[in-house]
Amino acid sequence: MADNIAINVDKVSKYFKLPHEKNSSIKGAVVNFWRRDRTFEKQQVLNDVSFSIKNGEFFGVVGRNGSGKSTLLKLLAGIYNPSKGSLQVNGKLTPFIELGVGFNPELTGRENVFLNGALLGFSRANMAAMYDDIVDFAELHRFMDQKLKNYSSGMQVRLAFSIAIRAQSDILLLDEVLAVGDAAFQKKCYDYFMELKRQGRTVILVTHDMGAIRQYCTRAMMIDNGKIVKEGDVEKVAQAYLALFSEENKTKQSKSEDDDRWGNGLQTTTRAKVKTTDEEIIITTEFTAHAHIESVMYGFTLYEKASKTNIFESNTKRLRLKMPPVVENEITTLEWRAPNILRNGEYAISSSTCDESTLTYYEWLNGADTFKISNKVETAGAVNPVVKLKVTSKKDDIKG
Amino acid sequence: MRHIFSKQNRALLSELVRTDFKLRYQGSVLGYAWSLLRPLFMFAILYVVFTRVFSLGKSVPHYPVYLLAGIVIWNFFLEMTMQSTTSIVGRGDLIRKIRIPRWMIVFSTSLSALINLGLNLIIVAIFMVINHVGILGTLPLVILPLLEVYLLALGLSFLLAALFVKFRDVSYIWEVLMQAGFYATPIIYPLSRIANISFQKLIMLNPMAQAIQDVRYTAISHNTITAYKLFQGGWHALVPFIFVAAAVVIGPIYFRSQSKYFAENI
Repeated sequence: MADNIAINVDKVSKYFKLPHEKNSSIKGAVVNFWRRDRTFEKQQVLNDVSFSIKNGEFFGVVGRNGSGKSTLLKLLAGIYNPSKGSLQVNGKLTPFIELGVGFNPELTGRENVFLNGALLGFSRANMAAMYDDIVDFAELHRFMDQKLKNYSSGMQVRLAFSIAIRAQSDILLLDEVLAVGDAAFQKKCYDYFMELKRQGRTVILVTHDMGAIRQYCTRAMMIDNGKIVKEGDVEKVAQAYLALFSEENKTKQSKSEDDDRWGNGLQTTTRAKVKTTDEEIIITTEFTAHAHIESVMYGFTLYEKASKTNIFESNTKRLRLKMPPVVENEITTLEWRAPNILRNGEYAISSSTCDESTLTYYEWLNGADTFKISNKVETAGAVNPVVKLKVTSKKDDIKG
Repeated sequence: MRHIFSKQNRALLSELVRTDFKLRYQGSVLGYAWSLLRPLFMFAILYVVFTRVFSLGKSVPHYPVYLLAGIVIWNFFLEMTMQSTTSIVGRGDLIRKIRIPRWMIVFSTSLSALINLGLNLIIVAIFMVINHVGILGTLPLVILPLLEVYLLALGLSFLLAALFVKFRDVSYIWEVLMQAGFYATPIIYPLSRIANISFQKLIMLNPMAQAIQDVRYTAISHNTITAYKLFQGGWHALVPFIFVAAAVVIGPIYFRSQSKYFAENI
């Protein structure tokens, strides 16, 4: 294996034998043993999967529930053994695939920290040295001597996450870790991800959140029915993943599926307009619902028209805005405002509407509106905001 | 293999044992004191029942202590094997979600039982003093039969824990076997009460019987019938050790061969 390869998975298959009649008792085993028609159902979870991950890659793995992602992760972590094929890991890998493994509700927060630390391979002395930092990060000072069963689920995750990030491993496995926790703590987690990325650590992230995939991953892979269906560019994988759901949810509104527009069409962008002043960008998007939709969130992406480079994006979920359900023919208008930091050039926006889990896209529309910035003074910087200046000077008055 | 007692593994073992003890007396007012009080009260009852009511051991010197030693060793064996049987399945949350050496779970259970044995032996020592048992020159040798019981229990623990993952009947079967074993072993009755010498010999092929008698011989009274005495040094005296050796070899080998599949079979 080459030096720069962190993980190499070679033609790995994994199947579970599911007996048609489970022999959980000896009687069952004895009776069935003498019967010729003992049958097993081979449940193939992973089928001939090969890929490799280089050192320093932030590798995303996406796929539907039951696609084999978690099994793959368990194989990587050494919890399962492959039925066929082999996998090599170069370096130390986090041994856990979930946060807070081994947490015991009857123990106090403090005791759980030490127990969990030991599971991650730390001695008591090591843990004692790190203890204060862990509690600081989790922001649970007042609760450490309470039993874990009295913690909220968010508090438990905070504690678990704070311990987990101490694990000294070369390769990190992260599976949907950010599912719980309030906004402030999520930000901490994202900062930690950013830090990992900056340090060039090797990370494997399994998630349903395409936002996280787009933001952190350098490469990604989509698994479906135990096979790799797409591997490589993050954006392509993310779109393939979203397409998986829009295909499934395709309804009466049949639409032309091209690269610039997809979704099931339950709600569509009926108007999009970008206005700019020297200081502000004002984006107005209008959506029309074609059915009753319970869960909905709206978003936009502002990108450079030629290169399609994402400049910035936002959505109602990120702004902590819960959108009410919409009824058929309801028109929703949103006005987004952001400081005008753009340099001269041509830009466009994508407008999107989807359910809050981002699993189902009602519509994603590239080039909903395009606009030009040309009246600014050229600059070498990446952004070009209005810079205000105020000069004051003071001199001693010379009198007479 | 060279990492079996690495620093990390030792840290994890001590944490698992610690947790086990913390949880055992969770929520009780007296807490850890129960680990001494429980055997103390149990012995007090047995003492009254078997020395005052039934008086089984009139012929045996220091019968109360003799009885206690037998009970303590048997309970250690029972507790360790029963708890180990369900240990792997009971810790399924760990097995399915983290890569730690599987044997460590069984081993930590055995250490908890060993600590309990130590506490119980303190009580036995107290009874020895009360009962004016003289200190025998062979007392340090008591460690050997105790070690033998531990090894036997450990080998069986690995076997039972791995079997239990596949067959949940194992715990019930073992419980019944242990009930039978309790009466097939000279614990509450002295071996000398068995009139038939062939029966005596049969009983002493059992490693538990042999070990308990050896403990009594080395620590309490040289009048105790040991396997060595009974078989007059013949090769039959080795049979109990063959059982122990078989358990120590087969248990871990079977456990090792199955441990790969624990995560998916639990």
